[in-house]
Amino acid sequence: MKARVTVTLKSGILDPQGKAIEGALKSLGVAGVASVRQGKVFDIELSGSDRLKAEAVLRDAADRLLANTVIENYAIELQA
Amino acid sequence: MKSAVLVFPGINRERDMARALKLISGHEPAMVWHAETALPRGADLVVVPGGFSYGDYLRCGAIAARAPVMDAVRDYAAKGGLVLGVCNGFQILCEAGLLPGVLMRNARLKFVCRDVHLRVERSDTPFTRGYNAGQVIRVPVAHGEGNYEADEETLKRLESEGRVLYRYCAPDGTIDEAFNFNGAAHSIAGIVNERGNVLGMMPHPENHVEDIMGCADGRGLFAGLLAHLKQAA
Repeated sequence: MKARVTVTLKSGILDPQGKAIEGALKSLGVAGVASVRQGKVFDIELSGSDRLKAEAVLRDAADRLLANTVIENYAIELQA
Repeated sequence: MKSAVLVFPGINRERDMARALKLISGHEPAMVWHAETALPRGADLVVVPGGFSYGDYLRCGAIAARAPVMDAVRDYAAKGGLVLGVCNGFQILCEAGLLPGVLMRNARLKFVCRDVHLRVERSDTPFTRGYNAGQVIRVPVAHGEGNYEADEETLKRLESEGRVLYRYCAPDGTIDEAFNFNGAAHSIAGIVNERGNVLGMMPHPENHVEDIMGCADGRGLFAGLLAHLKQAA
């Protein structure tokens, strides 16, 4: 089973990298960009096929390593 | 002073640290590989040195913080043992949950490698007793992610409990945003945990311990630890 975990900065946390990218997009002339926040995507392959179990495993992985929950949120997506 | 210096893949300041510890305490520290599950018996001080553990992959310090040896460090700290984390070591201690908050990318996105001034906020802790409260010391920094951040409540607690031990300042000791080169909340350079036995700091006191280095201001931190341990013994 394939899954994707997306980690994003919590709102209110300053994101200097996102700001720099935002500035670069503006200087490239890409119109209509109001703001940019940078995050991370993890594509994960799981060995089992039990969706509930898979979600529990991914939650554990995200809580313990993939995200620093002091500053980051995560979202789990299971692919069919 | 029997000290232990942790070694992770990608760490590069462990020898500077070992040299400073030997110079000041007279004892060669034990170098402890990250895969160990125990610390040397009778260690008085555990040091998590600086560098780029695991190439800063995922987040600075994130992978090292989950190394087997860190469980032993957690137990050691829970029993009141002294732990010092410098630079990447500070990041590792935050990621390991031994210190609150997080070290974010420097506010101006630049890796900064130069001497900075620190104000020692109090002198009644094992990590600062080699200095006077309010004393200004000059030590090097070398980091791209040293911008300390924590939520408002945590910052309030750190301040009200006097847990900010070192702050970036002007050469005369004034706290000013112009000298807060990495954008850290409250100009924080170093904090201790609630119990006061775990210190994390971004600057490198181990690199200013003798005159040939151009400055020996970092010596007080180690000399203070030594004095504290002698008194406790």
